[in-house]
Amino acid sequence: MLLIQCPYCGVERPELEFSCRGEAHIARPADPSATTDEQWAEYLYLRTNPKGVIAERWRHIHGCGRFFNALRDTVSDKFLMVYKAGEPKPDPAQFSKEAGR
Amino acid sequence: MADILTSELYSADSSQAPLLVLPDVTIMPAAPAARVSLRCRETGLALAAKAFGTPIPQTPLTAETAANRAAFWLGPDEWMLVAPESQLAAILSDLETHLDAVPHSVVDISHRQDAVLVSGPRAGWLLNTGVPIDLHESAFAVGTVTRTLFHKTPIMLWRTGPDSFVVEAWGSFMDYVTGLLVQSAEELKAA
Amino acid sequence: MSQPFRIEKGGRIDRAASLSFTFDGERLSGHAGDTLASALLANGIHLVGRSFKYHRPRGILTAGSEEPNALVGICRKGDQTPNLRATQVEVYEGLETVSQNRFPSRGFDVGAVNDLLSPLFPAGFYYKTFMWPKAFWDRVYEPVIRAAAGLGNPPKNPDHDTYGNLYAHCDVLVIGSGPAGLAAALAAADSGARVILCDEQAEFGGSLLTETAATIDGTAPAQWVADTLEKLSANGNVTLLPRTTAFGYFAQNFVALAQRITDHVSEPDPRLPRERLWQVRAREVVIAAGAIERPMVFPENDRPGIMLAEAGRTYLNRYGVKVGHNVLVATACDTAWQAAFDLADHGVTIAAIADVRENPPEALQSIAKARGIRVEKGCVVTGTTGRKRISAALLGRLRGNGVAAAGEVACDALLMSGGWTPTVSLYSQSRGKVVWNESLGTFVPGQSVQNERSAGACLGIYGLNAALEDGYAAGENAAKAAIGRSGTVSRAQAHGADAGEGGILGALPHDRDPSKVKAFVDYQNDVTAKDVKLAVREGMHSIEHIKRYTTTGMATDQGRLSNLNALDIASKALDKPVTDVGLTTFRQPYTPTTFGIFANISRGDFFDPVRKTPSHDFVAGQDAAFEDVGQWKRAWYLPKDGEDMHQAVARECETVRKSAGLFDASTLGKIEVVGPDAAEFLERMYTNPWKKLAPGRCRYGLLLNDAGFIIDDGVVGRLAEDRFHVTTTTGGAAHVFATMEDYLQTEWPDLDVWITSITEQYAVCAVQGPKARDIIAPFVEGIDLSADAFPHMSVGSGTFCGVPCRLFRISFTGELGFEVNVPRRHGKMVWDKLAKAVAEQEGVIYGTETMHVLRADKGYIIVGQETDGTVTPDDVGMNWAIGKNKADFVGKRGLARPDLVAGGRKQLVGLLTKDPKVVLEEGAQVTKLANPPAGTPAEGHVTSAYHSPAMGRSIALALVKDGRRLTGETLNIPMPNGAIPVEVVEPFFYDKEGARLNG
Repeated sequence: MLLIQCPYCGVERPELEFSCRGEAHIARPADPSATTDEQWAEYLYLRTNPKGVIAERWRHIHGCGRFFNALRDTVSDKFLMVYKAGEPKPDPAQFSKEAGR
Repeated sequence: MADILTSELYSADSSQAPLLVLPDVTIMPAAPAARVSLRCRETGLALAAKAFGTPIPQTPLTAETAANRAAFWLGPDEWMLVAPESQLAAILSDLETHLDAVPHSVVDISHRQDAVLVSGPRAGWLLNTGVPIDLHESAFAVGTVTRTLFHKTPIMLWRTGPDSFVVEAWGSFMDYVTGLLVQSAEELKAA
Repeated sequence: MSQPFRIEKGGRIDRAASLSFTFDGERLSGHAGDTLASALLANGIHLVGRSFKYHRPRGILTAGSEEPNALVGICRKGDQTPNLRATQVEVYEGLETVSQNRFPSRGFDVGAVNDLLSPLFPAGFYYKTFMWPKAFWDRVYEPVIRAAAGLGNPPKNPDHDTYGNLYAHCDVLVIGSGPAGLAAALAAADSGARVILCDEQAEFGGSLLTETAATIDGTAPAQWVADTLEKLSANGNVTLLPRTTAFGYFAQNFVALAQRITDHVSEPDPRLPRERLWQVRAREVVIAAGAIERPMVFPENDRPGIMLAEAGRTYLNRYGVKVGHNVLVATACDTAWQAAFDLADHGVTIAAIADVRENPPEALQSIAKARGIRVEKGCVVTGTTGRKRISAALLGRLRGNGVAAAGEVACDALLMSGGWTPTVSLYSQSRGKVVWNESLGTFVPGQSVQNERSAGACLGIYGLNAALEDGYAAGENAAKAAIGRSGTVSRAQAHGADAGEGGILGALPHDRDPSKVKAFVDYQNDVTAKDVKLAVREGMHSIEHIKRYTTTGMATDQGRLSNLNALDIASKALDKPVTDVGLTTFRQPYTPTTFGIFANISRGDFFDPVRKTPSHDFVAGQDAAFEDVGQWKRAWYLPKDGEDMHQAVARECETVRKSAGLFDASTLGKIEVVGPDAAEFLERMYTNPWKKLAPGRCRYGLLLNDAGFIIDDGVVGRLAEDRFHVTTTTGGAAHVFATMEDYLQTEWPDLDVWITSITEQYAVCAVQGPKARDIIAPFVEGIDLSADAFPHMSVGSGTFCGVPCRLFRISFTGELGFEVNVPRRHGKMVWDKLAKAVAEQEGVIYGTETMHVLRADKGYIIVGQETDGTVTPDDVGMNWAIGKNKADFVGKRGLARPDLVAGGRKQLVGLLTKDPKVVLEEGAQVTKLANPPAGTPAEGHVTSAYHSPAMGRSIALALVKDGRRLTGETLNIPMPNGAIPVEVVEPFFYDKEGARLNG
């Protein structure tokens, strides 16, 4: 069971308190009606699923209830950093380097 | 540090039998209380504090208390305000009045959850049979409040003293919480 | 009751406490402090069971948890726990034990014929032999193999024990309490850190409890253990956990411990759990798991009486038991010599010490000489004899590449040592990669991957003083890393028990016919050196393949005893260095762990939370049948006077339509949506328009996902400009709330609106039927109930029975209906009063089944029954619920996807069977033809089917391809007894105009 730092509570809590909500920084198109079918399908279904560093949405569902984002290495299953919703996406490449891939 | 509970808030419910009485730990159902969910942005905090009578805590996982009042930080824009049951209507209307000018949400959740008081030298041990977080005083100091899990059920946990805790759960989950606490305490009766 | 192999004095057993126990019905005696293994040996019993595959007689091989042979069943409380290691079972008064895998007895076992037929059972024989005919696998091969092979019998009754759980946190977790572990615990505790020390054995001390040839700070090692434990117990920050196995090492220093609490007690207090699962989160972990001795792989190395040398020494020094009267010691390293010396000093004849090495240390040779022990150098064992116990060993002299016979040595026990293997299991579980240490000839832990360090023998640091030193350092460093400071514990000095030299891997050479002898590598799975070589010849070149083909290392010790020997044999067969062949991964659990400790509290009433509504006790008192809806218990139907379900439901349905019914709707999800942007938020979430809904009015809301499919529905009431009371389905409550939070927090954080779950704030009593208004009116204050003032789809606030109330006029039955929302703790009081009032009006209390029938009469869908996550509003004829002028809502864009607007979608229709008495089966397929050819795709399926009392016949709803165009046509429902013809009708059956609900 992982320990995850909640950027709102400021503490590490066991994974049990959290739920993962998939890849982060996939914004819902501002005007969905203007999207093509391909664009909409991509928004709905296509994810990068990398081997390595991924930015994910997590929710501290059994804590403060907030959504936040985290960089996680899918190979080592280690959290590299967490940041609040709305904050810009860190450069995963930089973390990839630090994670040694 | 002495217990920070006032007797009016979270007193044992005299109409209900204790759930567990052992030399080292007791579980008492708490009397009903007024509970209000407060949601607002920073603009509302001072106004809400004025209406409610305690500061609205901004430090995560902390509570502010005053006579007959407790305000719990549950999230960055979410607080639970607790007061004696009889004051519910007044508190709701005071909050609405004071917060009228700013976006906010005030919702009565007095009946949504029930509370039990778990206390005694083995209270922390007993809770840790189902609560996955560290309840050592160095990690979970007196006054700390948090939502977490007890086995499969969400709870709110407030430490009111070195050996005393308030555990809140939604009404229909309370039998699960107290049933497991009582079952897990069974071994304390053994020699 | 004599114990012929017990020495006069010595050992750590309590000689004053004699205990009586049985093994296969034979009454035997032992002492407090004995394991079953030591007590059996004290009684001269080595033969404890039969092997897995060949049913060969087997004896006790080790003195620890790695024991592969001595698996026994423990009979207790009328049932049997199988597969316990006799080396770990503690003897108590009245202990009943049985051997396993033998028929009819362990002395005479018919399965032993397998041994003679062993050419038929080479490596991979399962794969080769039982391949065809395929049908035979399930019916013949597998049952027979399972009965003939395998271990003990599973218990027959539900587990009568309880199991505890504890989440624990500490600064330093020390695993293992030998010299390194105790020193680490002392050093860590001295710093003030919170320390947990656990050991799988009943007593702390590890090898120190066996060691008599050394001193620590001038005292006996066992005394130092006692002094150390006294210090640790006095420290309030230290938790001492004997009988506690660290069986799993997971991410971020999350370590699972299994603490055995009552298994060793004759009459345990029933209030105690049998075991406790410790889920430990440690800042730092010190693994001090020690090392175990390696068996030597020589022909017939599995005969009872053959044992690891240090195990023989442990039985002597710790338990006061001689493993034989005339013992041969075969070794490749120094440490086994000490076993010979200790035994000799207790009057045991040492038949010889046969050392593989040409030049064992002079010092040892001279001690042996002083004791008059025969020493054979450059000498291996090439075979053993004896039927159920070793009676002699064949020796062979190493000559260049060959072996020359060197005579036979009579003996009644053989102690062997191929050297030492560090126990790297937990380190490996922590995801650390082991590295090959050439000078030790074994794998040792490499770099730490987690906040962990290995100390002592498990790191390859042998010798008592070195282990102590390493333990102190590990404890100090762990404390420093965990809490930033370390203590100043004074370090004890040890003399004696120095690290020895020597050790060997793999199969030993011999002069026997290789096709006729078995030299075992993995005892528990009956894998021989030959099997490993065969696997290589048959193309298994990866160690992982060899493992699976031969099953070596797949026994309960996970290859702790066998891996290195197997690896060496494989590497020689492959002609590759050991490091290129690699080691298989050690996985959790470290030793077998009970299912009970994993199931833990999640059983019986606490398997999952059982959520009950305010009416629960009332309806239970009326013999209601309950239905599980998520975690909720809901009244399903309430039979009267011996009614069956059909009769009860029919009566409930008729009564609701005739007078009135009372239904507990508390389980519906309820969300209070509050804030200046509340209407805007709902506008974006739901398909429907909300901005023009007046306060005091309700609207049915339909919720889609962004793919365009229905995920939930419910009535939404507007309480004020900025306040809505949203209801969801019972099962969808949590998901809808989470979905709303998701959009609110991450897509539209600028909206000034907040949502709060009020599902359990309100108890909900639904009163439905023509008399509903008459029933509730006397209780209501502050709300005008007249049809004009409070029409269908209204909501108002007032009081009910004197308590605050949100009253909805809504209907899921098609009748005049109200839903009374009162604060939950008043729910029971309100329910009781309504139940009485309903009864006075000759109404009925009804359950979920009646609710389903009544809504089906009206063609109201149930999300999850008429929908399955691939159904759009248009599919179920609910385009009316979509706000046509809305620019966007969740799902709007999805609805425009090509596949969702294409023709040929399945649409909701009603079905009427030609025979009105026939009720269709929900889920049944719908076809055009009565007897469609095989492979014909179905046109759709039945989603709901009931007998409808209101219609006086059966009704059904179905999703059928282009169904709306088929109205009036006949379709078929193929069933095993022939197709059922049905007519397609519009999907509503009763009071289409809605006159009743508007009354």
